[in-house]
Amino acid sequence: MEFTVRACSGHGRVGSLRLASGLEFETPSLLMITRRGLPVVIPPEMLMDLHPDSRACQFTPMHFLEDPLAAVVAKAGGVHKLASLTGFAMVAVARDSLGNEIAGEEASNLGASFETSSGRRIVGLEKYMEVVNACKPDLWVSLPDEVPHWVPEKRNRESVDHTSQWLDHCLSLQHAEHGNRCLGVVVGAGSLEERARSAEQAATRNVAGFSLAGFGLGEDVAQRGFHLEVAIAKLPNDKLRHVCGLGSPEEVLQAVGAGIDLLDSTYPYMLTKECLAMTFPLKMEVPLRNADRDMQPTPDHGVASGFSLAKVNLRSATYGIDETPLVTGCKCYTCKRHTKVYINQLLNSNETLAQTLLEIHNTYHYLEFFKAIRESIKADKFHEFRTWFTSQRVFGMTYDVSESFVA
Amino acid sequence: MLGISPSMALRFEVLARHNRARASRLTLPHYEALTPLFMPVGTQGTIKGLTNDQLEDLDCQIILGNTYHLALRPGADLLDTIGGLHKFMNWPRALLTDSGGFQMVSLLHLADITEEGVTFQSPVDGKPMLLTPEDSIQIQNKIGADIIMALDDVVKTTTTGPRVEEAMYRTLRWIDRCIAAHSRPHEQNLFGIVQGGLDPQLRDICLEGLVARNLPGYAIGGLAGGEGKDAFWRVVAQCTAGLPEDKPRYVMGIGFPLDIVVCTALGADMYDCVYPTRTARFGSALVSEGVLRLTHAAMATDYRPLDSSCTCMVCKRYTRAYLHTLVTKEAMGSQLVSYHNISHMMQLSRNLHSSILEGRFPDIHGGS
Repeated sequence: MEFTVRACSGHGRVGSLRLASGLEFETPSLLMITRRGLPVVIPPEMLMDLHPDSRACQFTPMHFLEDPLAAVVAKAGGVHKLASLTGFAMVAVARDSLGNEIAGEEASNLGASFETSSGRRIVGLEKYMEVVNACKPDLWVSLPDEVPHWVPEKRNRESVDHTSQWLDHCLSLQHAEHGNRCLGVVVGAGSLEERARSAEQAATRNVAGFSLAGFGLGEDVAQRGFHLEVAIAKLPNDKLRHVCGLGSPEEVLQAVGAGIDLLDSTYPYMLTKECLAMTFPLKMEVPLRNADRDMQPTPDHGVASGFSLAKVNLRSATYGIDETPLVTGCKCYTCKRHTKVYINQLLNSNETLAQTLLEIHNTYHYLEFFKAIRESIKADKFHEFRTWFTSQRVFGMTYDVSESFVA
Repeated sequence: MLGISPSMALRFEVLARHNRARASRLTLPHYEALTPLFMPVGTQGTIKGLTNDQLEDLDCQIILGNTYHLALRPGADLLDTIGGLHKFMNWPRALLTDSGGFQMVSLLHLADITEEGVTFQSPVDGKPMLLTPEDSIQIQNKIGADIIMALDDVVKTTTTGPRVEEAMYRTLRWIDRCIAAHSRPHEQNLFGIVQGGLDPQLRDICLEGLVARNLPGYAIGGLAGGEGKDAFWRVVAQCTAGLPEDKPRYVMGIGFPLDIVVCTALGADMYDCVYPTRTARFGSALVSEGVLRLTHAAMATDYRPLDSSCTCMVCKRYTRAYLHTLVTKEAMGSQLVSYHNISHMMQLSRNLHSSILEGRFPDIHGGS
C-alpha cells in the first residue's frame, strides 16, 4: 500500500492512495456505506459504473461477528469475494455509522461495547481480529474504546489507554501476509491533552494510517475543530487519516480542512430515507439562488431551514408537471433516465425503486462534491471553496421529492 | 401500420409448433416479443425495486401495470399529459394494463358489480364511485399500453349457480361497450377475456361471442382462484381449442412454472403473476428443482448458487449461504432474490420458446 501527498491547500491535502490490490484512487475520498458487505439499496452490479470514483466502501466487522455470517465470510475468502466486490476498496470501520449510539459505557481491558447484529455486546480483541482477518479488508481500523465528550476525565483517560493497548494487540494479531493495513485509532473525547496523548502514542506505531474517533457525538463544532487540529499535528504527514462519525457536507469540509483523507458518510443515505435529493451546486461560479433575496444567511443556519426554503422554492415555482431530472445536467443513472414527477409518484406509492433511484443520485452527487473538494485543493483554493459552500448552503441544499407539486 | 385488420396493432406469427404448443413472434407497437412469455407484474409498471436496465438485462419484454393503482396515482390525466406510461417510466419495451376491475373487486370495500359497471367506495374519500367499461378503456387509452384488457365480470371459480352465467353474458355485453369506447385501436390492442367459470357450455358461448368480435388477442380469465388442477387445465384446454390459431392467448394470473409449462402445452402463449416477486419477499427462490426456502437453517452452510443452471447476476455472484444471512435482515436480500426469480421466469420463457422452435418440447403425459 502506498500513500503519497500530491497537493496541499492549507492543511487540506490531495493524496493518491494505491492499495495492495492495485486499486488506486485520489483522496480525500468518500467511503460508501455497506451493510453485511453490500450497498443498502443500490444494486451491487450497478456500483462499478455509478461514478468514476465509486470504488471505495466501508463495512462494519461487527456485523460479521456471529455465525452464520462469520463462517460464510471466512469460507468465501474475505468480504470482497463474499459480496462480489473485487476491484473495490473495502475499509473495515468498527463503528456502525448507520445506527449505533456510543454511550461511553464501561469497558474492560478486554474489549468495549458495540452494537452488533445480535444487539449490544462486548467485543473483545481476539474476536475482533478474528473477524478482521477473515474479512481481509484493504484497510481496517483498530479496536477503539470510543467515548463521547461528556464522560468523566477518568473514563476518558482510560479510553486513551485502552485504545493504545488495543492497537498494539490488534497489530500483533494481524495476518502478516496482509501487510500494513491498520488505521490506528486516536481518541481523546473532551480533553485536548488526552487527544494529543492518544495521537502521540498512535503516531509511534507501525501503521498504515490513523482513524480519528469520538466525533459526531454531539460535540461543539469549534471544539471538534480544535481536536482535529491537535490530533493531526501529532501525526506524521505521510500517512493516511480517516475519521468516522462525520458525514454532512460541513463536517466533511471541516475534516478535510484539518487534513483528513478518508471519510465514511451516511449523509447520502440519510437524505434518501427522508425522500430528499441532494441538489447543492458544486461549482463556485454558480451564482447564489435568488429565491429569497431578503434572506440573510446566518452562520449556523440549521440544515432544517435549508429544507424549508427548498420547499418554499417548490411551491413558488410554476405549478405543473415537472419532467426535469432531480438535478439538471447531472450525469447519474437516475438523472439521465428519470424525471422528478416519476420519482415523486414512486415515493408516494411506497415503491422501493424510489429509494434505489434517489440513493444512486445522492451518492453520485456526493462523490462529485468530493471531487470538487479535491479540485479546489489542487488549485489551492480550498479555503475559498469552503467559504463559498458554507455561505450558499442555506439556499436549497436538497429537493423534497415526496412533496406533490402537481396542481 | 401493423396488423391485418383495422382493429389490430399487433402482428402474431407462429414460428413453430409442437402438438398444441406454439413458439411465436408477437410484434407490438413498442417491442417485438417472443412467446411463450412470462410478463412480470408491477403496480406502477415497475417491478419491485428493479431498475429499467435490470429489467432489460433480465430480458423482460412486456410488463404489466395495474390500471386501478395507476388511475389513483399518478392518475390517467397526468399520464395522458406526459404522453403515456412508457414515457413516464421511460420504458422502451412493451406494456400491458389490466382493466382495473379485478383489483377493485378484490381490494375495495363494498365493491359490487352491476350492469353499469363496478361500483365501489372511493379509497380517497369513501364516496360511491363507478367504473364502467367505457371508463376502464378511456383510462387505459390514456395510459397507452400496447395491450389493454376489456373490463369483464369475473367470478371466483368456486362460485356456482346463476351468477356464473350472468357474469359470462355480461362480459359479452361489456366487450361491445369496450370496443365502442376504444379510441386508439391502431396503437393499442384490446384483448377480450373468456369467462364462464368451470362450465364448458358457458365457456363455449363466451368463446364464440368473443371470437366473433375479431379482437387482436384473447385472455382466459377467471382461473387460478382455488379450483382443482384438473378443472383448471380442462378449461384452459377447452379455451385454447376454441380460440383462433393466429392470435395470441393469454392465461391470466398464472405464475407457477409447472402451470406455465402445462398451459403452453395446451396452446397458450402469455402469462402474468405476482408470485415470483411476492415469494422472493418471503425468502423463497425459484430454482430448477422447485422452490428453495432460503430462511431454512440448512441454507446457512450451503455454498452453492441458488440454481446451478442459472446464469443471472445473483447466481454468478452469491451463494445460498450468503443470501440466507441477508434475506430476513437486509432489503437487499429480497431484492436479489426477486432479481433471480424474474430471471428464472424469463429463462423458462426462453426455454419454452426455443424448445418448441427446435422440436424438443416434451410431451405432456396424462391429462385431457
